[in-house]
Amino acid sequence: MSFPPHTSLFNEGNGAGAQTLDVSLGPQHPSTHGVFRMNVRMDGETIVKLQPVFGYLHRNHEKLAERNSWLGSMPYTDRLDYLCPITNNWAYAVAVEKLAGIEVPERAEYIRVIVGELTRLQNHTVFLGFILGDMGSWGSALMYAFREREKILDLFEELTGARMMVNYMRFGGVRCDFPVGWLEKARAYIETYPAFLDEMESLLVGNEILLARLQGVAPVTAERAINAGLSGPVLRASGVDYDIRKVDGYGIYPRLSFRVPRGEVGDCFDRFMIRLLEARESIKLLQQAFAQIPAGPIVNPVVKQRGFKPPVGEAYGRIESPKGELGFHLVSEGGEKPYRYHIRPPSLINLTLLEEMCLGSKLADVMVILGSIDIVLGEVDR
Amino acid sequence: MNLENLPLAILKAILDAFTWCGAKAGIVVPPWALTLVSILIVIVAILSVFLVMFALMSVLERKILGRMQNRYGPNRVGPWGLFQPVADGIKMLTKEDLVPRSADQIVHFLAPIAMVIPALMLPAILPYGRGMVPVELASGILYFFALGAGTEVAVFMAGWSSNNKYSILGAMRAIAQMISYELPLVMSAVIAALVAGTLSPNGIVMAQAGVSFGVVPNWFVFTPWGFAACILFYIGALAESNRSPFDLPEGESELVAGHLTEYSGFKYAIFFMAEYIGMFAINGLLVTLFLGGYQAPFPFLEWIPSWCWFFAKLAFVAFSMVWVRATMPRFRIDQMMQFAWKFMLPMSFVALIAAAAWHYAGRGLAAWGISFLIVAVPYLLLGRFCFTRRHTVDNRRYLFSE
Amino acid sequence: MNFPGSGLIKGMWVTLVNGVGSFFDPQRSKRLITEQYPEERPKLAEASRSFPFLIFDNDPEAGIRCTSCKICEKECPPQCIFIEQDKDANGKLFRRPKVFNIDISVCMSCQICVEVCPFESIRMDNIYEMSSYDRFGSLVVTKAQLLKSNEYYHGIHPTEAATTDARIEAARIKKAAAAKVTAEKAAAAKAAAAAKAAEEKAVSEKAEPPQPEQTA
Repeated sequence: MSFPPHTSLFNEGNGAGAQTLDVSLGPQHPSTHGVFRMNVRMDGETIVKLQPVFGYLHRNHEKLAERNSWLGSMPYTDRLDYLCPITNNWAYAVAVEKLAGIEVPERAEYIRVIVGELTRLQNHTVFLGFILGDMGSWGSALMYAFREREKILDLFEELTGARMMVNYMRFGGVRCDFPVGWLEKARAYIETYPAFLDEMESLLVGNEILLARLQGVAPVTAERAINAGLSGPVLRASGVDYDIRKVDGYGIYPRLSFRVPRGEVGDCFDRFMIRLLEARESIKLLQQAFAQIPAGPIVNPVVKQRGFKPPVGEAYGRIESPKGELGFHLVSEGGEKPYRYHIRPPSLINLTLLEEMCLGSKLADVMVILGSIDIVLGEVDR
Repeated sequence: MNLENLPLAILKAILDAFTWCGAKAGIVVPPWALTLVSILIVIVAILSVFLVMFALMSVLERKILGRMQNRYGPNRVGPWGLFQPVADGIKMLTKEDLVPRSADQIVHFLAPIAMVIPALMLPAILPYGRGMVPVELASGILYFFALGAGTEVAVFMAGWSSNNKYSILGAMRAIAQMISYELPLVMSAVIAALVAGTLSPNGIVMAQAGVSFGVVPNWFVFTPWGFAACILFYIGALAESNRSPFDLPEGESELVAGHLTEYSGFKYAIFFMAEYIGMFAINGLLVTLFLGGYQAPFPFLEWIPSWCWFFAKLAFVAFSMVWVRATMPRFRIDQMMQFAWKFMLPMSFVALIAAAAWHYAGRGLAAWGISFLIVAVPYLLLGRFCFTRRHTVDNRRYLFSE
Repeated sequence: MNFPGSGLIKGMWVTLVNGVGSFFDPQRSKRLITEQYPEERPKLAEASRSFPFLIFDNDPEAGIRCTSCKICEKECPPQCIFIEQDKDANGKLFRRPKVFNIDISVCMSCQICVEVCPFESIRMDNIYEMSSYDRFGSLVVTKAQLLKSNEYYHGIHPTEAATTDARIEAARIKKAAAAKVTAEKAAAAKAAAAAKAAEEKAVSEKAEPPQPEQTA
């Protein structure tokens, strides 16, 4: 029996005596938010090179959409950013409505805002939990966050029939109206939410260890963020005042008053705090929407969902999803199936700066940085 | 016979039975045989107590952690899930013992043994009750820390011999961490020993007898320097046992399992056991040094046996370690080193000065005040300027746009 | 009061409150919400959906609502439905499915088949314990397993079933009213035709006087 030749685990020295170590933070990992791999070269504990490798979750969504009808792609969009299926549906519906020039009735717009902001709330809540898990907090904050998220998912189940893969938006409106008592339940739940956010804040924000782990880690300047095409809370944490709900003013957002928080330094702590502040703004939006929602039809009666043939043309529709700017670029040739269907995934675009953010940091920081960008692999790989 | 002397009475009964059996068989039992038997019984007793505590701790930790996280812990095996250690034990024993082909076979084999032997020798000098010290060593504290250093070598042996990048990284971090935290740990123990005037654990417990000012027990933790030293010792104990927030060597979210990556089955169980027994031993030392050992806080509570007090205090300290684990995220390696060298070591010297001031100012109320000032002022200054200078939430501004 | 370490102590207080509260919280907000499956099963919401099923009225053979129009097969996004139309005794195609298979390992519970069915015959069930040890056989659900009665539908989704029944009833009434109108029109037309025929006969009889009786 012969043993394989003994090779050193370390690379060739660079002459100055330092040897680097190549590590693959492999696709199976408790902290990479899905099947995401990073090939990392370390000098001691410091990162000198990082190469993200993804595609482990590629499911061919864009090509499949060319086989499905326009409506048939709607359930597939649920599975993109699988933590926030409603905003994915919404982005696709907005894009198709732009392509075909469909108007959405008022009640449907209010319903969209209500379920969309609920989705944003549960995404930011669960983000708080996940980033603590990445830091090794053994899951306390994660369990509290999931306890609250379960209540929102129960609301979705009563409304649409499924907790996550809701398939709820339709072209020109939504699929079904609130069942009896849903609005009161949602209202009562939102009343209890600020107390939960306060509890999370007292657990997390003053925590010295958390401050030491998050502050000063991977700051991104505003100019760099804009050049890299970042969007969402990551962009706003770097100080850029850009929220598509304000910029595009889609739906009935212009009627609702809310503030857009932005940070100054753009490090992991700012990205963390911005999401916490955004969750509070979402609560305000929800309360206004609950108060103002009118009666009326929930879908534009002119649109036929089956056999839907939009006119020839192309459109790019985008919304502010909890991860960033989620956009759909659709090209139609007048048929029942799209000619080209392309998604602009915020998680992937936000990841392009990962190497730059991680260079010079320690290995433990890489997990925290990845967690603070808040990616979902379903979106990155499609 | 009262409860206080129960363990000693049992020991005496067994020895008497032994002598009686010998007499029945017509042999006069020589004294060295009786000593040998009593030593064996004591060893068996301590080992069984600690192993049972380890088994219970492994399941109670998960249950308490679960309760703090709004979920049940394990509750399927046995009543309230308390037979979980049996299931875990069967699992560990029946797993295949994989050793990588390119690993250093001898060192890989010896590492768990080198870890568990010092850990099992640690509980020998702790005073469990009045007159219940297994080995009455005059330099018990020295013995304790000498053995503690042995476990550190075993950790590095484990990491190095596995021939695996993750193991080496984990082992190097573990060594750095353990050595750094050894210093404040020993300094705090030394402070308690200095005030008590002896290195013997029993002597230190005796020095904490009585009640001062009528209401405050004489335990060292109720003095300002003792409180500081106790906290430092506690943090050092967390670091030595590789527990959260210092579990960087086993950083599960980063490096799989650190130095334990290539261990499976029984060897992993041995490491696990060694860690927990070491944790109990160091908690026992904390109870001895600062929490008054086996003494009740007030004289009217003396009817509860002293060994009950010891184990109750030990349970409380273990619970607090689980509580800390549930709450705090992990430090990064360089922050951990900074914390040890720049904060804890100076604070331990400050505590030493405070203890000296307390002692020489007469141990009265004024001494209490002086020593409190000596501890509090550097703590606030160090805390503010060393760590939280940049790290406060108040420094950050968040702008809002309408 | 904000001394170094106070954030950690606040955090520990939150954890302790949650831990103790999981036993004793009077407002029940911190009590454990775990459902010990399989001893306790979750109470599903009314709209909860898992996989499709077919409805029959009264009789599984004759009362089956599905007419094998194959719209759901065409619209299903992952293409998990397979339908084969039935032939009657003479070999002519009959509006009823002979084979209706759904592969539930492919079905993603999107509910599009329910929306596009024009005959209110396919709806979403809410049973979720459908796992099996045989991946290729028992995960393809056949027509016999899919057929469930309208009463069962009322049991699991009462509101939806009530609206569906109301819709079917309204359609039936409309059809009956339309049929009645057509029948009345037909009867009126027939009566008019009969009256016209009688009138013509009268006119023709008047044109030719009736033959006198030839008796002496």
